[in-house]
Amino acid sequence: MNAIIFSAVSGVIMMFSGFGLKNSAVRSLALALLSLVIVSAVFELRGIAFFHINTGGMLSFDHFALLFTLIATVSTLVFFLLSARDMEKIGLNYSDYFALIFFVLSGVIISASFQSLLMLFLGIEIMSIPLYILTGSDKRSLKSNEASLKYFLMGSFSTGLMLMGIALIYGAAGTFSTVNIILPEGKVPVLFVTGLLFLLFALSFKVSAAPFHFWTPDVYDGAPTVITSFMATVVKAAGFIAFMRLFSDAFRTIGGEWKLIVAIVVAATLFIGNITAVFQQSVKRMLAYSSISQAGFMMLAVYTLTAEAKEGLLLYGAAYSLATIGIFAVLAKMKDYTFDGFNGFAKQQPLVAATLVIFLLSLAGIPLTAGFLSKFYMLSATVSVGNVWLAVFAVLMAAISVYYYFRLIQAMYFKDGTATLPSVSMGFKVTLVAVAAITVILGVYPNLLLYWLYF
Amino acid sequence: MIVLLLFLVPLIGGLVSFFLREDKAIRGWALLVSFVALALAIVGNVSSTAETSLQYSTPWLGTLNSNFALKLDGLGKILCLLTAVAYPVIFLSTWNSTYRKPYNFFGLMLLTQAGLIGVFTSMDALAFYFFWELALIPVYFLCSGWGGERRVQATFKFFIYTFTGSVLMLIGLLYLYFLTPDRSFSIESFYRLAEIKGWNQSLVFWLLFGAFAVKMPIFPFHTWQPDTYEQSPTAVTMVLSGLMVKMGVYGMIRWVMPVVPNAAWSWGDVVSTLAVIGVVYASILAIQQNDLKRLIAYSSIAHIGIMALAIFSETHIALQGVMMQMFNHGINIIGLWIVVELIERQFGTRKLSELGGLAAKAPSLAILLVVMALANISLPLTNAFVGEFMMFSGIFGTTLTKYNVVFTVFALLSIILAAVYMLTMIQKVFFGEVNERTANAVDIRLSEKLALSILVVLVFAFGVYPQPLLNITNGFAESIINTSTKALSQTLSR
Repeated sequence: MNAIIFSAVSGVIMMFSGFGLKNSAVRSLALALLSLVIVSAVFELRGIAFFHINTGGMLSFDHFALLFTLIATVSTLVFFLLSARDMEKIGLNYSDYFALIFFVLSGVIISASFQSLLMLFLGIEIMSIPLYILTGSDKRSLKSNEASLKYFLMGSFSTGLMLMGIALIYGAAGTFSTVNIILPEGKVPVLFVTGLLFLLFALSFKVSAAPFHFWTPDVYDGAPTVITSFMATVVKAAGFIAFMRLFSDAFRTIGGEWKLIVAIVVAATLFIGNITAVFQQSVKRMLAYSSISQAGFMMLAVYTLTAEAKEGLLLYGAAYSLATIGIFAVLAKMKDYTFDGFNGFAKQQPLVAATLVIFLLSLAGIPLTAGFLSKFYMLSATVSVGNVWLAVFAVLMAAISVYYYFRLIQAMYFKDGTATLPSVSMGFKVTLVAVAAITVILGVYPNLLLYWLYF
Repeated sequence: MIVLLLFLVPLIGGLVSFFLREDKAIRGWALLVSFVALALAIVGNVSSTAETSLQYSTPWLGTLNSNFALKLDGLGKILCLLTAVAYPVIFLSTWNSTYRKPYNFFGLMLLTQAGLIGVFTSMDALAFYFFWELALIPVYFLCSGWGGERRVQATFKFFIYTFTGSVLMLIGLLYLYFLTPDRSFSIESFYRLAEIKGWNQSLVFWLLFGAFAVKMPIFPFHTWQPDTYEQSPTAVTMVLSGLMVKMGVYGMIRWVMPVVPNAAWSWGDVVSTLAVIGVVYASILAIQQNDLKRLIAYSSIAHIGIMALAIFSETHIALQGVMMQMFNHGINIIGLWIVVELIERQFGTRKLSELGGLAAKAPSLAILLVVMALANISLPLTNAFVGEFMMFSGIFGTTLTKYNVVFTVFALLSIILAAVYMLTMIQKVFFGEVNERTANAVDIRLSEKLALSILVVLVFAFGVYPQPLLNITNGFAESIINTSTKALSQTLSR
């Protein structure tokens, strides 16, 4: 509860900060407020809650939710540290962007801790609506406007589906609670299964799982790059946490009704995301498709629902968010978003290039990085529930992903060119190195993070 | 403790190299590190009494029940020795090559060595997989960064092939992990699975086989190999063909045969057929090559094919032969690459058609090459003869397949074909007309002579007196054969 209230209040404060403060002051204020949110999240994780509100069983702040809250807020902090300066380039309403991001963050935390379908709906919407605005925040760019409209239309459509699903489930089970669903003996009511499928499709929209992924590349491409960075990481990970929570709390016992469909969605997501990413010429679009393919991997957690997958999803959220934020932060500073735009980058910026290599290796799932262990947990969970073929398929797709991640490494290191990075501060470099170090440390010793789950 | 040091010395040495900036200092440092590792490997090989110093284990990923467990046993000893011998030789022989950014080059080379040592000693499947990748990734950067003209495409192909193989292997290892009663990655738990039933075995077999077959490489998984060997800088080619290939053979022996013996037996004929095809096919291709590097690359496929054949014959003598041959093939092929490197550096070409008459101009080089080439054909009194003889007698004598005679005949054919391409090579490079390129040839330098002489001494020493190697490998071969035949005999008797 700490983090929800602090981030919502921070959002309101940020809205007003634009009246009197200069950009640099706005930035410092945002960082200070976010640090406060993180501290409050840590306190709650250690058992110290500042607010005692009776949520009537609609929200549950267990260690899983709190740990994800911590991961999401820390990722946002990294995002602020790396990209806050670049947000000035979007437009004139600098403080508003921060306000909106704080609102998204409260949505993220609600989505991670709901125990009622109503709260799920609220969380997802609080998360989505500011994002529609952020996507279109570059008002002068037609591409950005188009992306925003497309995102809004698609998003509303999936919202409709979700509401319909919730209504059907309420009709069948007579409760909004995800933990107290009592179904009649014998066959699961058709109404309930239909509702379940609607929810499955709506959430697949939100996390851009195939075949509901069509909005993703256009929206990611059209939105200002710094915003894409946030959308593709923290928000997406939150979608998966909500996804997994819902299915694990409410639908675990009737796995027979949906496992096959989820398996098909996973396979399709992996296939489409990876194959299409191979053909991209723009790094930004490649990252959009790569986020689809990573979604396929994260969705394995929804498929398996084991304790291992739960740990894995947290690790995955952290590993994927940190690596992607790092790459996007560099990308946002580049003039040319194509692969060729990175030619010869390593000669100009050896340190930044080296950190990018670590991020890309992590995304590709190479050992000694956090990305490997998070993929490993997913695969291990899949094999443990007896579906070796899905794991083999996922692994083959991961091997394909190596192609496009390494293409960027090749461009940076082995091709001649004059890619430059204008205006990088020492602080930027230090943050990048720190994030890369975390990526490696989590890759060798993941218990550093997962330990929090049990204590 | 020795085994941990053996791993840590190149790892830390490699990491330190990245921070050195003076060219001479880096070379000296890398050579020093490699000599320390060699000393450790020799100590590890001779100190048979102090068993406790040859293993190390500490909990690593607690929730997964995975340990950081290293151990030097017979197979590990001989391969670590090979790795440790190879590195100083490689560094010495390429002492005069110049590299762009030498700190990165030598740093990555030493990291590869750490990965190799880890692969050859790890007794935990997850650690094994980590080291497997640790050996693989630096090589990718080495080939792409310092290789020939088409290096980027060639390495890409190499990397995609091997990475696909290794992630499939990961699934196989994971599957085994879930079959173990105590949920453990340790090799002892895996060995206790030898009696798992039916298609489980076949599934695991093919998943693991995929990775190892690509690495070896066995026909038809070999297509990355000639391109990569040709395009890599020669020092890296030496690591690839002399050492990394052994990772595949090693995997077959340690992680396939004893873990899924029934599947290895029932698919043995299929694998052996592939191996035989590879042996003959690669030998014929080698005869037709005009490029020295490609010639040796294809000859390597043929030699590895015979090793695969021998492994799947599952006899004690053949297995011991394979282990001998892993060591000897490493020595011989590194020697051949050194010669190629020396020729290329001096004349700027590797084409057989553009060379000739070197014997008169560079006598020491000629003598050393001829010794290496003859060892590669496995002439008696050279080291490879012993290994090949043992492998052939094992393949011929196996009772596990009815086609043992056919396999032996085809495998023996490779010796004749090897003589054809090796002697042709010697003739074209060292005899015949001197052309304008080779007219001003000079003989090799001291460091190069030294590197090659070490190898020549090893060739003859183990050719005449192979007993030390046999002593190292004997107990291990027996234990592996026991583990796999126990499960197998139960199946066969049923």
